[in-house]
Amino acid sequence: MSIEIEAENLTKVFGQHRALRGVNLKLDRGESLTIIGPNGAGKTTLLRCLAGLSKPSGGRVLLLGRDLAKSPEEARRAIGFVSHETLLYGNLSAAENLLFYGRMYDVADLRHRVEETLDRLGLAHRSDDPVRTLSRGMRQRLAIGRALLHRPSVVLLDEPHTGLDVGAQEMLDQTLEDLSHAGQTVLMTTHNLATAANAGSRLAILAEGLIVYEATEGPLTREALSAAYRDAVGARR
Amino acid sequence: MKAYLTKVAVILWKDLLAELRTREMLSSMLVFALLVTVVFNFTFDRKAAEMKELAPGLLWVAFTFAGILGLNRSFALEKDRNSLQGLMLAPLDRSGIYVAKMLGNLIFLSIVEAIVVPLFWVLYNMSGFPWPLVLIILLGTVGFVAAGTLFSAMTVGTRAREVLLPILLLPVSVPLIVAAAKATGIVLTQDSVAAAAGWIRLLVACDVVFFVLSILTFEYVLEE
Repeated sequence: MSIEIEAENLTKVFGQHRALRGVNLKLDRGESLTIIGPNGAGKTTLLRCLAGLSKPSGGRVLLLGRDLAKSPEEARRAIGFVSHETLLYGNLSAAENLLFYGRMYDVADLRHRVEETLDRLGLAHRSDDPVRTLSRGMRQRLAIGRALLHRPSVVLLDEPHTGLDVGAQEMLDQTLEDLSHAGQTVLMTTHNLATAANAGSRLAILAEGLIVYEATEGPLTREALSAAYRDAVGARR
Repeated sequence: MKAYLTKVAVILWKDLLAELRTREMLSSMLVFALLVTVVFNFTFDRKAAEMKELAPGLLWVAFTFAGILGLNRSFALEKDRNSLQGLMLAPLDRSGIYVAKMLGNLIFLSIVEAIVVPLFWVLYNMSGFPWPLVLIILLGTVGFVAAGTLFSAMTVGTRAREVLLPILLLPVSVPLIVAAAKATGIVLTQDSVAAAAGWIRLLVACDVVFFVLSILTFEYVLEE
């Protein structure tokens, strides 16, 4: 099985603050990893470094075997990034946003792909409406569609459940399950234990910029995860 | 290179479309430039010949400050839902984002200039339009938006960006604005491009330096 994402001794320093202090992780093709950690643990910084949005202060990131620092454009093409911000343009319609991002990624048969995506997201009836008029849940659904439009082999999700209503959360969970079945590599961060336990993927705990715990025996129950979290994070406080 | 230019055009298309929807940037720039032109018209009571000496200063004050209004909005659009991150994630050399934004700013400021200059000629009873002035305005505008787009990206994440942008941009643009105003004055009073050749060369040099430096440093500006 080939390694899809690899971080080697990743560090990130902001002034005096060390946000990441030597993170190592590996994800094989088709694998899913959920990283859980308290606020300020470095989850967003880690994902930003893996996506090429932030240059690590030390260490390196390999995406599909390519060094992100040496061939950033090719590596970025393989990434789909979902943040708690939508990265959409409020004054453009839902379809225009997808057309714009599709053109940036050279998506083939783009118009058909956009229609198909809007249909799958349940947004076909709002395709011509400006994004600023959509509800928060609809915008987040569209953001997921934007991130997956170019069929990335690696999907990075930074606390994607934040601010979603129940319907949008169910849709997101279904999407994560579909990605897993489709053999896409998924790395998600969350600070919510229930979300992490339900994700059904490999689990790791990040605290103070370090991976302090990795579950090696598949998905954990909420209770087991909670106990592991208390031991790993509580011990550092 | 073709792929690079295609994506630059895609970003430019998106910016033009967004501006067409709101007209926020263009309308504020245009209203400001027109107000400057009209207010100065009431302030000065001079003959047409004397106006030719004042015109360069008036025109470049209007262009510069209208340009700053537009530049302030240029990257603000990308900050609303952090869509600048979306651009940074795209498989495109990040200088492409700069080039597209710069071209957008150039188009918007050129539209304002194309409306203000004829109005200026009418309001100030100026006779005969020296066509080389078009070249001087274009060269001045290219240099100004080349530097301004970089500083706009630099200040967009700051809380006082409306104040910070002119504070950073104007000192850097001084040689360019002086060259543009001097060349404009010479063309208006002497009707000779040859006499303004030195200033025009300085304008070209500023354009090249601002553009090249901006391309080289833009990626670092986007970094936190």
